[in-house]
Amino acid sequence: MAQSNKPIVWGPFAAGGTITAFLTPVLILLTLLAALGHAPDLFAYGRMHAFAGHWLAKAAIAGTVFLSLWSTAHRLRITCYDLGVRADTLVAVIVYAGALAGTAASVLYLTRI
Amino acid sequence: MSERQVALEVLRYNPETDREPRLQRYSVTCREEWVVLDALNHIKESVDPTLSYRWSCHMAVCGSCGMMINGEPKLACKSFLRDYEGVIRVEPLMHFPIERDLVTVIDDFMAKLARVKPYLIPKQAKPVGEGEYRQTPAELKKFKQFTLCINCMLCYAACPEYGIIPKFIGPAAISLAHRYNQDSRDGGRDQRQEEIAATEGVWECSFTGACSEVCPEHVDPAAALQQVKIKSTVDWYRKHLMPWMEE
Amino acid sequence: MSRNPYVREIPKFRWFFRHPRYLRYMAREFTCIFIGAYTLLLVAGLSSLSQGPAAYQGFLDWLASPASIVFHVLAFGFSLYHSVTWFNLTPKALPVQRGEEFVPDSVISGAHYAGWGLLSLVVLVLAGAF
Repeated sequence: MAQSNKPIVWGPFAAGGTITAFLTPVLILLTLLAALGHAPDLFAYGRMHAFAGHWLAKAAIAGTVFLSLWSTAHRLRITCYDLGVRADTLVAVIVYAGALAGTAASVLYLTRI
Repeated sequence: MSERQVALEVLRYNPETDREPRLQRYSVTCREEWVVLDALNHIKESVDPTLSYRWSCHMAVCGSCGMMINGEPKLACKSFLRDYEGVIRVEPLMHFPIERDLVTVIDDFMAKLARVKPYLIPKQAKPVGEGEYRQTPAELKKFKQFTLCINCMLCYAACPEYGIIPKFIGPAAISLAHRYNQDSRDGGRDQRQEEIAATEGVWECSFTGACSEVCPEHVDPAAALQQVKIKSTVDWYRKHLMPWMEE
Repeated sequence: MSRNPYVREIPKFRWFFRHPRYLRYMAREFTCIFIGAYTLLLVAGLSSLSQGPAAYQGFLDWLASPASIVFHVLAFGFSLYHSVTWFNLTPKALPVQRGEEFVPDSVISGAHYAGWGLLSLVVLVLAGAF
């Protein structure tokens, strides 16, 4: 029996799960504050534009988006199988492609900032 | 010594006469301190000698009497009647074919255990005359927990992935491989990886954690599986991204 | 004596109602939907940011909508559940042996919780949330 290539998809999943565990709650808090009318100072257009314009921030944002979407995709794939959807390869292609598309979109927008 | 009246609903299946299993109700007088296995033995001795089930030590070390008791994988010798109310449902261990009554077909499990090469494969052959393999307490502690498995198969009954994917090699087999991989006297990890790091090896595990929750010996197979995943992932990236690091 | 083993069928997707632990597992897996949706929300925010102040203001206005607030509250709850389950399981995957004994799980999880709290605080301060 050959060793699987699953680590290709599992590595980023584990990294993404870790990043989202540490970062996502506070990010949600930030946008929730903005939604409730207490927008943090960073959310002013000028400040946010300056922040996202920095190459380091762009790399961090792109990386975070990729890992977050990838870990979501991988978990969705497993969950679909758990729920009785047996077409694993098809589901895998759809979810991972979605994650890559979301990442590509974010990179595109970042280049325009 | 007090007694209690206990109702057991036991799955019956005779492969020679039945097309499918049925439930049979027994009402027996039991001692307060009895376990489910005692009730089954009492039924077999005094009420219905045709009831078939596996058991041996009656003290949770042999792993023979694994059954579904009220839908939960348990050792019948470790399930106290006083912890249950009403009718107690006793069925064969989930995810295994039923041989007869409470006896399951365990061929798949036995084959999987053998596949992981569960024996010491020394890094270098060492004749007996050269003396024993020495091991510090710390080296022993590293794998000791995973030696406690009694092959009771409760983890396979609890694992939803094994239920959905019968080819999955399963928690006990992988924990057993990990036990040897972590043993300082062993050098056979690469050989075991062929089975363990395959798709039907550790990669079907979704870290549900049910295996560790039902394990009567606190082996914590879920931990072993995640550790195998991480080591296998590190190996894979090393091998593919830094092939010059290969020995 | 002839063998005629009986194979019991596994219910395709209702198996996780069999026991609370499987429901908790499913809840944990479902957190990914909210985390993924929130990430896409952030990508939408990036899009608006790249289109100029007017588009960006439109995004902020949408954030203030009732649907968005409800989503945020739900997403916050689910993301917390993801974090808690993740940090509680980390010691199992990454055991640390110091000398003979293993570092207790609670210490490893605790360190993650502490780091999480600290990081969150730092992010809030740096973003000027106070």
